[in-house]
Amino acid sequence: MKAKRFSALRLVFLCFFGLFVVIPILFTLVNSFSTGTAYSLLPQQWSLAGWFEVFLRRPHYLIKFWNSLFLSTAIVAGQTLVSSLAGYAFSKFRFPGREALFFIVIIVMMMPYQVTLVSNYFVIRELGLMGSWAALIIPSIFSPFGVFLLRQVFDTCPDDLLDAARIDGAGNLTILFRILLPRSRAGVVSLVILTFVDAWNMVEQPLVYLDSSYDYPLSVFLSQMNGQDVGVLCVCGILAALPVLLLFLYYDQDLADGISLSQIH
Amino acid sequence: MKLKTRNALAGYLLALPFLIGFAGFYLIPFLWSIRFTFTSGSGGTAFVGLRNYMDIFGSAAFRLAAWNTFRFILIGVPLLMLVSLVLALLLFDKFRGASFFRSLFMYPLVLPAASVVIVVQAFFSNDGLLNQFLSWLGLPIEDWIQSEYAFPLLIALYIWKNCGYDLVLFLAGLSAIPREYREAAASEGASYWQTLRYITLPLMTPTFFFILIVSIINSFKSFREAYLLGGANPHESIYMLQHFMNNNFQNLSYQRLSVAALLVFLVIFVLVLVLFRLKARNER
Repeated sequence: MKAKRFSALRLVFLCFFGLFVVIPILFTLVNSFSTGTAYSLLPQQWSLAGWFEVFLRRPHYLIKFWNSLFLSTAIVAGQTLVSSLAGYAFSKFRFPGREALFFIVIIVMMMPYQVTLVSNYFVIRELGLMGSWAALIIPSIFSPFGVFLLRQVFDTCPDDLLDAARIDGAGNLTILFRILLPRSRAGVVSLVILTFVDAWNMVEQPLVYLDSSYDYPLSVFLSQMNGQDVGVLCVCGILAALPVLLLFLYYDQDLADGISLSQIH
Repeated sequence: MKLKTRNALAGYLLALPFLIGFAGFYLIPFLWSIRFTFTSGSGGTAFVGLRNYMDIFGSAAFRLAAWNTFRFILIGVPLLMLVSLVLALLLFDKFRGASFFRSLFMYPLVLPAASVVIVVQAFFSNDGLLNQFLSWLGLPIEDWIQSEYAFPLLIALYIWKNCGYDLVLFLAGLSAIPREYREAAASEGASYWQTLRYITLPLMTPTFFFILIVSIINSFKSFREAYLLGGANPHESIYMLQHFMNNNFQNLSYQRLSVAALLVFLVIFVLVLVLFRLKARNER
């Protein structure tokens, strides 16, 4: 009896918290069919004008979308490749300075953009990359988070397995791409999602590196459309959420597993 | 012996692309910027001692930004940890729908700040839904985003966004505790609260330390929401360190930037070291 009351109470409580997630999503979906600049809970006038405006009438929303997608994909691809190689090295090879270097990796990983942007900025300026997308992409590829996460994940793979493959004549890259990475699905998926989300949402870097707001990715661009039609705003909100939503729907379990693996022991 | 050298060489070679980029973009410029903080001029040729540091500490904008960031962490992090711990405890006993709720609470983690801000604006801006509701009730309205209410709003957004991450970490910590401990306590007649207080929570201490660190790190990312809500010049209660940094990037005041970055680095570095030390002592 008591247990039953507890589980009913728990359900009520969870649903209450769940509302905070569900309401914003529903609000955006429903109001994407609204028109006019006044906010209301339900559209006062139902219309497809917002969808028409964003997807058909004006190209610049979709151009921003593809720009952001290109930017994020480049960062994810580079970061995953570079940190797979390095994560493998830190996890399965012994070399002098390994632990000291990994300690530095962890420390830098913990630093917010307020610290790392300044360092990145000096190099970006020296290289003459200010105002270009390379300024957004290249430093992110070498961000230390991936190396940290993948080392943690690779550490859980038994060495015997790799040794057996080595005896069968497999080289280092074969072992990494054929054995280690496929076995580390949760870790790789988490790295991809978390890096993608971070790149897709970037605000700090465009503000610092890009001098014309014309080049801003979707994440910053959306915040500058104040006073717009509510329908258009909500459609843009959906557009911005679409890629990460799809990734999340497929891989939420892997993401949870990967985050759990990211603990420092 | 030879095998060992080959092994080390292969390790370096695999890590090389990362090490070059990491050293080039993060380590070397950071070390260079330390020397830079003691100089003046764009080339950094004139040595001025601690003048840049005095300058920063004397700057009202920096003090405001540092205080706001500190206050944000001090209030936001414990609240976030409390909410996610409660949710984790509720979700830990497997029941139908538990994994649905976990995914639901993780969802804000991936949701773009830009999309979220649109909804926040719809509800809390001057002509937003909350004010419409208040004026319908005949109550006074408030500009929630451009007043001191922006701070609690930003805290709420931070909790909303990061709850899923902490929740997953707490769930992992909970499942690392052997089930027998709690079963033994229950068979000895301990209540749910007693088990929680004397068994579950003490055994979770290492998890607490780690989540504390992660939550502090993530709190710095709340600048995104702050900027998207309030722009480059938000209400002064949410003027964060990143706002200060951005202004100095605009003014090309590189020495001030370097000093501010170094100070933030030192504070976080010391904090993390202390927390890890405490964690290590706790585990002994």
